[in-house]
Amino acid sequence: MLSNKCEYTSTCAKGNKYPVFVERFEQTRIGIIPIVSTEWTWRERLDSCKVHWGLNRMNYKVEPGIYGVGHPDSNSPVLVSANYKLSFDKLRQELNDIDTWILVIDTNGINVWCAAGKGTFGTKELVKRIRLHCLPQLVDHNKIIIPQLAGPGVAAYQVTKQTKFRVVYGPVRAKDIPAFMANKMHATPDMRIITFSFKDRIVLTPMEFLPALKLYPIFIILLFLLNWISSQPITRFFLVESLPYLGGIFLGSVVVPLLLPYIPFRSFAMKGAVVGMIFVLALHQYAKPDVYTQLAHFLIIPSLASFLAVNFTGATPFTSLSGVQKELTWSVPIYISAVIAGLTLKIIHVLTIG
Amino acid sequence: MKHLHDVSTLKIIPEKCTGCGVCILVCPRAVLSLNKNNTIEIQDKDKCMECGACQMNCAFDAISVRTGVGCATAVLSAKIQGIDPQCGCDDKCATNCCG
Repeated sequence: MLSNKCEYTSTCAKGNKYPVFVERFEQTRIGIIPIVSTEWTWRERLDSCKVHWGLNRMNYKVEPGIYGVGHPDSNSPVLVSANYKLSFDKLRQELNDIDTWILVIDTNGINVWCAAGKGTFGTKELVKRIRLHCLPQLVDHNKIIIPQLAGPGVAAYQVTKQTKFRVVYGPVRAKDIPAFMANKMHATPDMRIITFSFKDRIVLTPMEFLPALKLYPIFIILLFLLNWISSQPITRFFLVESLPYLGGIFLGSVVVPLLLPYIPFRSFAMKGAVVGMIFVLALHQYAKPDVYTQLAHFLIIPSLASFLAVNFTGATPFTSLSGVQKELTWSVPIYISAVIAGLTLKIIHVLTIG
Repeated sequence: MKHLHDVSTLKIIPEKCTGCGVCILVCPRAVLSLNKNNTIEIQDKDKCMECGACQMNCAFDAISVRTGVGCATAVLSAKIQGIDPQCGCDDKCATNCCG
């Protein structure tokens, strides 16, 4: 329903406190709209680093609504963004000298791809925001550009049916937007494909390693108890003995993600197991513990690395639900048996020498 | 990079396909292509991650795929809780998908 009396003023313009990225406000046909900067402040750079380390990432949001970049008018293109601040920031950063409108929809502060999978970056929310923020009154054209990765959530033909706006799928990556715009809003095949470069993977590793590190105290405590029961001398100090397991955690959560394409096998479980096995073999070349400990290493460390490698599937852009289910079906029983066997060996060892 | 061989549930129903090509456009993994009969076909099934973008954007119901997240954490926690696997940054799954 098009009404000519639609009015919308950004909530940013109503209070005295507005986000640092707002440069100025502009009066438009529908109300007062904030114009945002394409530069990041040093504070925003710091914040974007912090979210990669898991700090404050759940509260990294932008107020949904309409924003402008440069000097937009009624013929300027409209780009749609999720309200995860990093998504919004990466988009505006690419819009230097490009006059556009940005329609930020409410995805609960979650990025485009995950929100589309969940349905929060979806047809319903998009249609709602187009109407709520008076888009038909703001612009004279009927085109909106949405990120290609919103595809799993947005049925473009439904949006057109419900709002008259024609959805144009933009490129996968925000950095291709200037080229996409210059190319008459046509994405080249390259712009349509998800990639997963070394750089893409390295920024993910902190949030793989830090949560995985929570497993480490379990090994310290178990080895402490075993050492304590058997009253072993200080040379078998539990902290030193637990270090190989820390190695297993590092391999599965950092080394496998980084070397992903170079490790043999398509299965993540196999990739992790192979790397873990090589590590244990190499370790025993330098430090040869008793045979029970050696066997425990062979059983537990590759399982640990393998399990953490499988966990990385969620962060990659090429694994499917069916694939992950298949991996877990055969790997989880092996992990459980291997860990139980390894622990049993250590306990037998402690009891026999104790 | 590709994950396991021949596991995707992606299926084309050629009779319904009009060859509009929107599915080729939205697929971020170049799984689909248009054949001589102007119908969609699966070019490389192993690249499919069951995201469902093609199915969602097909106005003619010519594509079927069981969509879901390729995330072990989500699959495991769903199994434990007895629910469907879901991904999002507000739960434990794929913390990294937020990056």
